[in-house]
Amino acid sequence: MAQVSLRKIVKEYEGGVQAVKGIDLDIADHEFVVLVGPSGCGKSTTLRMIAGLEEISSGEIDIGGAVVNDVPPRDRDIAMVFQNYALYPHMSVYDNMAFGLMLRKFDKAEIRRRVENAAKILDIGMLLDRKPKALSGGQRQRVAMGRAIVRDPKVFLFDEPLSNLDAKLRVQMRTEIKKVHQTVRTTTIYVTHDQVEAMTLADRVVVMNHGVIEQVGPPQELYHHPRTRFVAGFIGSPAMNFIPARLEARGDNLVLLLPLGTELAVPEHRAERYRTHVGKQVTFGIRPEHLTDTQHISKQHVALLTLTPEVIEPMGMETLAHIKLEGTEICARLDPMVEAAPGVPLALAADMNNMHLIDDATGLVI
Amino acid sequence: MASDSNAAVLAARPAAARPASSAMKRFARRRSTIAFLMTLPLISVIGGLVVWPAGYAIYLSMLNRRQTAFIGLENFDILLDSETFRSVIWQSCFFAITAVLLKALVGFWLAHMLHHIPTKGQRMWRGMLLVPWVIPPALSTLGWWWMFDPSYSSINYLINAIGFPSVPWLGEPWWARISVIIVNVWYGAPFFMIMYLAALKSVPDQLYEAAAIDGATGWQGLRHITLPMMQNIISITVLFSLIVTFANYDIVRVLTNGGPRDLTQVFASYAFQVGVLSGNIPRGAAVSLFMFPLLAVIAYFVLRGVNKRTKEMA
Repeated sequence: MAQVSLRKIVKEYEGGVQAVKGIDLDIADHEFVVLVGPSGCGKSTTLRMIAGLEEISSGEIDIGGAVVNDVPPRDRDIAMVFQNYALYPHMSVYDNMAFGLMLRKFDKAEIRRRVENAAKILDIGMLLDRKPKALSGGQRQRVAMGRAIVRDPKVFLFDEPLSNLDAKLRVQMRTEIKKVHQTVRTTTIYVTHDQVEAMTLADRVVVMNHGVIEQVGPPQELYHHPRTRFVAGFIGSPAMNFIPARLEARGDNLVLLLPLGTELAVPEHRAERYRTHVGKQVTFGIRPEHLTDTQHISKQHVALLTLTPEVIEPMGMETLAHIKLEGTEICARLDPMVEAAPGVPLALAADMNNMHLIDDATGLVI
Repeated sequence: MASDSNAAVLAARPAAARPASSAMKRFARRRSTIAFLMTLPLISVIGGLVVWPAGYAIYLSMLNRRQTAFIGLENFDILLDSETFRSVIWQSCFFAITAVLLKALVGFWLAHMLHHIPTKGQRMWRGMLLVPWVIPPALSTLGWWWMFDPSYSSINYLINAIGFPSVPWLGEPWWARISVIIVNVWYGAPFFMIMYLAALKSVPDQLYEAAAIDGATGWQGLRHITLPMMQNIISITVLFSLIVTFANYDIVRVLTNGGPRDLTQVFASYAFQVGVLSGNIPRGAAVSLFMFPLLAVIAYFVLRGVNKRTKEMA
């Protein structure tokens, strides 16, 4: 087990296209870090550079205190789980798991012990004689994880391992991965485009966009204190609502002036923080759960609005209402017991204690 | 009462006819029936051009020289007693096995080289390397015959230029055997190359990446990933080439004509000599059928293995 450090890592392809633009990241021993971002943000490229499957254009990768830039994948002491499992189709499950140990000339008894131990952890003991073709998607995923576990490497790398599974199995396997990490405690770097996976699995989440790291932090910190508009919009489902606004002063207090003239009062304790932006065009951000029915919200620092939903989505544990607010599509999260119908005006309350204000010029949360 | 029963009989008649015609329609509409009907022309062609001549050859091989009497397996008995024919068996096996192995090795090496050069240059090289396979072998073998010529051999000219004596390519039995194999490999290796290149391209890159992370060197990747993943293609190409090489006629006929002293004769050239040139058609048929049982058994086991692996892996 080991810590991993990335220092000024750049990946530039032929023609000067930069997939990764000089990122720095320190991952502690035993830590579970998730790289998350949209397609093309450079997360998989970063993982592949750590694995040694992609050359690094510049910068340094350090695994367990040694720079591994020129070390081939086989000597980095890492294990990787691929998106489409990459199981050897001509080998049995046992041989797939034993292959890495066999190449490293482990004793046969030790190989058997390790494979059986991993099979026990993953509950695939009865599948050891089967070929990968005879396994379901979830079983293949377990075998791929088993292949990584038996090696007892310094670092586990996961490249979107749940993308090929159906929604139900994905949730189940997510829990399995977390359980395995709690058992073996190996440093883990996990790549996904699914922010729910990132939030549920990670000790720390690294949000990437256009080849740079937007923010690194524990899931709750990213959710409640996003530093950029991108992070605010990417983390959370449904996504945060963004409404264009202008910050105006009303005596000692501040208000947000929406495009058609609605004014929303900014809580006094936030006034100092926002005062430098008075008169500027900003984006008002509020999560759907902070824009809800009036019965389920505290009355302090609340802006009351009466809006007409266009679409109602009952989800069972909650109801989502899609509404147009002064020309912008927004989403509100309602208690499932609230009676709401499309086209029928609804009293809503915006919890301004949880508002976010984004500087349009920089894209940074103020 | 009577009129009622008559009406019932009248009503029942078309009802009884209807199930038969709808069963026929169902049979005609079945996918397997349509598939059979669509492949019927091909089955007829194969029947006419393969099964009938093969059956006729078996029949011929059991007749006497004048084709007037049925003599059972006597032609085969006589052939096995003949020292020349025993030498033909040995030469055919030596020629076919060596040539197929070399074609497979050269083809694999070329495919591997091609696979690792950029796509743009790959197309040009692929086209150039396929040239030997698309030239009619009788013509290209004439070119080789000239290059092996005892007086004007261009190969010997090059060998002399680096200080070695001339090689009697077609004059000495062993050199003649090697020459025939060289030409066969030159002609047949591109087929292996193109098949192996397709097989190499079908191995997912992620398997190599997984193997590299598991600790495999390039050689171990080739041994544990590439070769097992290509096993079906290798088996089928080797089987196909073995059958074709055992039946090879034109290269031997043009290059050595079986000589010197019948020491490069293979089944096909010897069958032609016995059957056509010496006028003993039944014995010629027996020569050409000699390897059939062995090749059929090999084909059965190879194809069974291919089927098994396909079911397990695909």
